[in-house]
Amino acid sequence: MIAQTLSHPRLVFAPIGPELVLVSAGVIALLGGAVLRRIDHRALLSISLAGVVGAAIVAVALWNWGGASTVLGGMVAADRFAVVARLILLGVAAMGLVYGFHYFRRSGEERAELYPLLLFATAGMTLITAAADLIVVFLALEILSLSLYVLTGFSRRLASAEASMKYFLLGAFSSAFFLYGIAMVYGATGSTRLSSIAHALAGQTGSQGLALAAVALLAVGFGFKVAAVPFHMWTPDVYQGAPTAVTAFMSAGTKVAAFAAFVRVFAVAFQPLTWDWTPIVWTIAGVTVVVGSVLAIAQSDVKRMLAYSSIAHAGFVLVGLSAANQEGIGAALFYLLAYATMILGAFGVVMLVSIRGEHRTSLASYAGLYRRSPFLAGLMTLFLLSMAGIPPTAGFIAKVNVFRAAIDAGHWPVALVGVLASVAAAFFYIRVMVLMYMQEPPDELEPDRSLAMRLAIAVPALLTLVLGLFPGLVLGFLDKASVLRW
Amino acid sequence: MKWLTLTTFLPLVGVPVLLAWRGMRDDLARAFALLVSVITFIVSLGMLGRFDGALSGFQMIEQATWVRSLHLRYLVGVDGVSLFMVLLTTFLMPIAILASWKIEKNVRLYMAAFLFLETGMIGTFLALDLLLFFLFFEAILFPMYLIIGAWGGERRVYAAVKFFLFTMLGSAFLLVAILVLYSKSGTLPGGPTFDVRELAHLSLSTTAARWLFLAFFVAFAVKVPLFPLHTWLPDAHTEAPTAGSVILAAVLLKIGAYGLIRFNLTLFPEASRHFAGFVQVLAVIGIVYGAVVALIQTDVKRLVAYSSVSHLGFVVLGVFAFTQQGMTGGVLQMVNHGLSTGALFLLVGMVYERTHTRDLSEMGGLGRTMPWFSGIFLFVTLSSLGLPGLNNFVGEFLVILGTFARNRALGAIAASGVVLAAIYLLWAYQRMAHGPVREAHARHADLSVREFALITPVLAMILVIGLYPRLLLDRIDPSATRVARQVQAGQPPAGQAAVSSVPAPFGEGP
Repeated sequence: MIAQTLSHPRLVFAPIGPELVLVSAGVIALLGGAVLRRIDHRALLSISLAGVVGAAIVAVALWNWGGASTVLGGMVAADRFAVVARLILLGVAAMGLVYGFHYFRRSGEERAELYPLLLFATAGMTLITAAADLIVVFLALEILSLSLYVLTGFSRRLASAEASMKYFLLGAFSSAFFLYGIAMVYGATGSTRLSSIAHALAGQTGSQGLALAAVALLAVGFGFKVAAVPFHMWTPDVYQGAPTAVTAFMSAGTKVAAFAAFVRVFAVAFQPLTWDWTPIVWTIAGVTVVVGSVLAIAQSDVKRMLAYSSIAHAGFVLVGLSAANQEGIGAALFYLLAYATMILGAFGVVMLVSIRGEHRTSLASYAGLYRRSPFLAGLMTLFLLSMAGIPPTAGFIAKVNVFRAAIDAGHWPVALVGVLASVAAAFFYIRVMVLMYMQEPPDELEPDRSLAMRLAIAVPALLTLVLGLFPGLVLGFLDKASVLRW
Repeated sequence: MKWLTLTTFLPLVGVPVLLAWRGMRDDLARAFALLVSVITFIVSLGMLGRFDGALSGFQMIEQATWVRSLHLRYLVGVDGVSLFMVLLTTFLMPIAILASWKIEKNVRLYMAAFLFLETGMIGTFLALDLLLFFLFFEAILFPMYLIIGAWGGERRVYAAVKFFLFTMLGSAFLLVAILVLYSKSGTLPGGPTFDVRELAHLSLSTTAARWLFLAFFVAFAVKVPLFPLHTWLPDAHTEAPTAGSVILAAVLLKIGAYGLIRFNLTLFPEASRHFAGFVQVLAVIGIVYGAVVALIQTDVKRLVAYSSVSHLGFVVLGVFAFTQQGMTGGVLQMVNHGLSTGALFLLVGMVYERTHTRDLSEMGGLGRTMPWFSGIFLFVTLSSLGLPGLNNFVGEFLVILGTFARNRALGAIAASGVVLAAIYLLWAYQRMAHGPVREAHARHADLSVREFALITPVLAMILVIGLYPRLLLDRIDPSATRVARQVQAGQPPAGQAAVSSVPAPFGEGP
């Protein structure tokens, strides 16, 4: 007998530890829900939260990862960027779980699948932040998208099903673009691994038409996911139709995850083409902030308004990324953190004002909110001020950061456009404040008085203030995290 | 003792108490806010005591690193220009709160907004770090918006939104300009910074400096307000509650003028000289236009508001003369306008509480029914129109003197503003106090003890400054002279600037 040595890549699983924990928790929750039909949803919530916390612990442990920069055959990167992006996402997931638990209990649509679906979506989101190969990016994108399609249609309302359908169709469409982009990249460089793509592109001297087409297609794919103009059409409908708790989770989570992947793909794989893609990015950035802000003015439904505002925020992140350097990445990370905080908080308030389901999401139902609940009005004010970028909130520091990055890189016109758009945006944020403080409540309907939810929403509120007053607490970490390893 | 920090943040301490204490009775909330603002005033006197009038630079500087990676520092200091702005703020705040005693709706929120506003305003005057300044500058926006919009008159929402958007629009340009300056400051020996003192040494190309000047200018011109960016002011002043109008006129408008002195002149001296003619013409248009429009108002609050446009024109005119008298007079006039117009708004508010009208044609004969009120109103009116012996005379005289040295025609036209002021103010007094007593307003009580208590300190200050202006001038003058010299000398102290003829605004591209 001849001893055969089989060579295989050494398998190091630690860098995908957070995903393994999340998926395990998801499977346990899934089985728990299926086997024990009468299981208390509080138990499922606890299991899921435990999974999120466990994943966070594993992610933190990866901060000082000393091993190879990519593992599993170059598929997954182990760097601090992934750690920070994951932590933001896990925070979003924890809030999403609490929101979902509360929302569906109030609307009487409790189903055990909620928890595994949320956890799987989160696993997809966290995986994408560490993806070092376009195939893994696509895989993770599909994991998160499929879970979100289902979650969007989780309510029995017609609007929810319609939103789910729209999201699915347009999502599939964007996935096709993305996949075609990957194929083009492979054609141009002979690889789907980000580092190999970068090397191949750096070595090329001739025409790069194929690679540029790939850049464009991938940009379209990401543009859909982050809801950048002109690929934003699905956002208002889906955000409005989806159950508010799910909207909160996906508006924050998807954007963070897709931007993390965007950064990695464009700053690593297409780094040799930086001069070609920055004009695209800042053009999209400028158009997105303007269109998002202007269209938000015309909305009469608070969820739609927040949807357009989230489009505008995607534009601001792109303003930061247009700098195409470490400063820009750090600024974008901070912006994403601030954005996730304020959008989660704002949708949380929307949820409580609606009391049950989607009854009261029109802007008119915010009239006189200060009279009915000073606490909720105060929190909403804080989130809206943060979105408008007014100190001392996280949104202010975030905006300063991205504009600074863009101006340092010489893109002051796009910064100016961004700042002017934020003035237009301020108009609709203060319109909500006008309603809350300056008008009389139309009826005596009290908003949801759940104490647990109030405490839950107090967390992003506190974070919005802390990040606004002491951004130094996290900026140091974000700076360290803005170096991508490949 | 960290006087500046203490003065700045003391009012803020009251905010969480007011917001969180749900069961707080309205009376207690009022008294508490008053107490906090009085203590703040006393503490700010400590700052005055420590101030060395002989120094022309910044003093009592306090600093700490705030956000290292942003190069954002907590850096505050005071000089002769900002000293009296801060004191004006802390002096008027207890008066404004006392004037709000009749507010019944959401008292805790109202008082909290005022205290928050006070911290923002003081911080704006003391900040020496551009980004810190901007932070305070923006933080003022929301409480003021709330005060106008929630407790104002009939068209309050419109006025509040207009105020908010105008200011936001101005500050948008300001933010971009600040960040551009910052990104250019990497060449300084200390590395990139927002420190105003360091940035004054930055060598900018002429074109870049001029564009940046304009960006700063728009932000502050909206605040001042300079013609033609003044249109938010009459609405905001008219619709705001009395105390809101007082603070708006007395302090918020000064932030614009202060910003012009502190930032436009010191950071961009060449551009300041280049645009001086243009700015002065705008100022003179504002003086005459504000006065003429005030002349035809029948709403007394609107009349006072337009008089502000006119008076602030004097301030800017003096400041942009770049002469010692002009600059000192401008700064003094900022204080004077705060006192006189503040007092006018207080008095108008008192009348409105009784008559429930601001229409001059419906008043009349108040001199007979409310003799104390009418006497005091006349006194303030005379102060506002620049009667010698009262405060405005000194400031306006210095401004016109300083302008004359530079441009006789502008000085002469500006002087006509004083004449017009006499007409519209005395006419307003006449329509209000003289004539037959109206049936509807025949039985109004004269001023109450509270009203006396809040107006007397202002009257005293008007008289003191009028009779002994050196009290202020001695402290203002060194700093004002320094700024004027700096602009005249044409360049920041060291290393000046390549002249670039390229039209591209901000120099090097990506």
